[in-house]
Amino acid sequence: MFRNNYDNDSVTFSPQGRIFQVEYAAEAVKQGSVVVGIASKTHAVLVAFKRNAEELSSYQKKLFAIDEHVGIAIAGLTSDARVLSNFMKQQCLGHRLTYGRNMPVRGLVDMIGSKAQINTQHYGKRPYGVGLLVAGVDEQGPHLFEFQPSGMTEEMVAFAIGARSQMARTYLEKNLDAFADCGREELVRHGLKALKESLVQDRELTIENTSVGIAGVSKSKEDGSSVVEPFKVFDGQEVNAWIESVADDKEGGGDAAGEGEGMDVDA
Amino acid sequence: MFSQNPIMNGPNYSFNDAPPKANAPEGARQHRFDPYTDNGGSTLAIAGADFTIMAGDTRLTSGYSINSRYHPKVFKIGGTTADQHDATLVLSVVGFAADGEALKERLDTICKMYRYRHGKPMSVKACAQRLSTILYQKRFFPYYAYAILGGLDDEGRGAVYSYDPVGSYEREQCRAGGAAASLIMPFLDNQVNFKNQYVPGSGEGHALQERERNPLSRGAVEILVKDAFDGAVERHIEVGDGLQMMVITKNGIEEILQPLKRD
Amino acid sequence: MDHRPQAWGRPRDDVYGAYDGSYFQNSGPKFATQSPVVTGTSVIAIKFKDGVVIAADNLASYGSLARFTNVKRLRVFLDTTVVGFGGDVSDMQYLDRHLNELAIDESYENDTTETAAATTTSSSDPSSTSTQTPNNPAGSLNAANLHKYLQKLLYRRRNDFDPLWNHILVAGLDASSKPFLASVDLRGTAFTSPSLATGFGAALAQPIMRRYAATEEDAAKLTREQAVDIIKECMKVLFYRDARSLDKYSIAVVTKDGVELKEEEQLEKQSWAFAERIHGYGTQTV
Repeated sequence: MFRNNYDNDSVTFSPQGRIFQVEYAAEAVKQGSVVVGIASKTHAVLVAFKRNAEELSSYQKKLFAIDEHVGIAIAGLTSDARVLSNFMKQQCLGHRLTYGRNMPVRGLVDMIGSKAQINTQHYGKRPYGVGLLVAGVDEQGPHLFEFQPSGMTEEMVAFAIGARSQMARTYLEKNLDAFADCGREELVRHGLKALKESLVQDRELTIENTSVGIAGVSKSKEDGSSVVEPFKVFDGQEVNAWIESVADDKEGGGDAAGEGEGMDVDA
Repeated sequence: MFSQNPIMNGPNYSFNDAPPKANAPEGARQHRFDPYTDNGGSTLAIAGADFTIMAGDTRLTSGYSINSRYHPKVFKIGGTTADQHDATLVLSVVGFAADGEALKERLDTICKMYRYRHGKPMSVKACAQRLSTILYQKRFFPYYAYAILGGLDDEGRGAVYSYDPVGSYEREQCRAGGAAASLIMPFLDNQVNFKNQYVPGSGEGHALQERERNPLSRGAVEILVKDAFDGAVERHIEVGDGLQMMVITKNGIEEILQPLKRD
Repeated sequence: MDHRPQAWGRPRDDVYGAYDGSYFQNSGPKFATQSPVVTGTSVIAIKFKDGVVIAADNLASYGSLARFTNVKRLRVFLDTTVVGFGGDVSDMQYLDRHLNELAIDESYENDTTETAAATTTSSSDPSSTSTQTPNNPAGSLNAANLHKYLQKLLYRRRNDFDPLWNHILVAGLDASSKPFLASVDLRGTAFTSPSLATGFGAALAQPIMRRYAATEEDAAKLTREQAVDIIKECMKVLFYRDARSLDKYSIAVVTKDGVELKEEEQLEKQSWAFAERIHGYGTQTV
């Protein structure tokens, strides 16, 4: 028997005004491992905790480069994310061909928002089972957006989605004021610290299970035009230094310059 | 129609909505839109042992007018970013500039998608085949552009692929394209492939021994390219203003700009 | 007189000849524009130190008839870019409406009043935010973006064999706020140069402009006043020699401070003395 008469499709409201299929899709996001995103005035970073199905298998990719100025972090069904990723890639290429510029991040996020919403209003369709954090830079600076299967999109200063992400969000809320003026490295460390908050007991960040993605923008010294640091995903040995810099025994130690102002991290 | 006019032999009115077939005079529309122009200019590519040099002048003409003195014909292809800093291939196009531009952007997009899907740059060989397909897809409304694709092959040797506008292609040691192709190509035959060069005193007739072909150095090729274009500029009005050279080596692509005569 | 309502408003065969209804047919082959009808002549423009000067006269000709003498062929886009149109005037007006739509969409897209980034940066140091003109917030289409767009549009139409019969100059600033000047024609051929001219201007004005701005470096040395003087001189030469031109013209100066557009300029200091010395054609009998 059905648990619920109103959850067979995404076109039927329950008497309480809920669409259960969409809510279930949002649950799928919570099954995915946690990803964190933060934007400062100069950079937008994504950090992700990768999972492997078993000891012998490889780790599931969590970060994807969309275009030179945008990347996404995913939580939920990877295959659904790939559909969205391909779509976003196409849109960015198309925009670059017609206008010769980086696609504005908000415009891009609005497009996947509308695309996902359609799935919640047509019989026989299924909402995307994936949530995204979209990080990118455009002429207006760095951006971070959240995307949910319902089609909801929202610009964020910092956010986390996925399993146990509430703990990461708590960390982010606590340090919210520091982010805007953070440098590149500092922002990554904030991301990793938030990520650590959400880890299960006895789990550690390792070079195998951690991914970092960064996009940045700076003003050129010659003519004041904006120079984009293309979105790049860092894996394996490339993230080693960052992980070590946020290791438990180093916390509060301030091994790197500019660290430690008001970042009391309770373990 | 409506011949039962109330007033006998009064004026008739036009109710005819179908085009009168017979009385449309032959060739009534004088201007037919011609979608093509020739924007002149010339390109040149030479493959070396471990490098490829692609070159083109930067003049853009239509008729006797110089539209622009700096309009590049040689492009890096398939980098991950707009500035193409990590590109591995170079495409040159000459003929109708708008088609050339469109062709370049299509191939670039395809190379970018390939990199996104496979996580590695496209090989020259694969890209060359793909370019041929793109050109042939427009067999009956062709891209009016003579394309040359350059890069390094799987063994790291210089590779040059040349095309006609509808996609016939072959790999060659060197090729000149565009307005001054017929001026430059014979020079290249002689200087790159040593055509009509024989070992002195090796005999007569069939006994004549051809000069041994050995790969040219990068420096020698750069000089050759400059000489070829200086010659073309003297004898062809559509060639001149600037010489753009892309040198592809295993360390990346180096771009060199030199002046040409602007007359 | 035919009193039947069916005949009302119909052209009379004895006056106009049999009506050619082919224009109304909606089956069979479609006839796209095969030639321009009402046309504007040259547009000319030159770059200078901190911007671009662009001009076009106010005439729209119907063949050799000077049909409309108050047609503005320079159009401002988002307060930062000027587009100058040569060629068919109806296609120009179509493009004008299209650019209006684009500008409105663009203004919506770049409405930053509610973004999270705006709230976080508002409290902190203002030096990092770039200067913005009210109608062109950072990130909206600049002249280079617009030129690329128009190139795609015109190239697409030529591929459909339904060209927009225009030759367009786009003047403004690029992404790094440097002067930008580029051209695109009805086939989608696009190019840039320190000075540009469409139509007759390519033969008459371009050589004069190239005397002052042969290279980008030369153009970067010109002052605004010099550039305006060169353009005015060129407009005068064009009026002397181009039979489809007018002595009333529009001129715009684009800099990072915005666009100064004057649409009712009159050619000054004309001297037709040279005409006395021209022999060999025309109405002279000697």
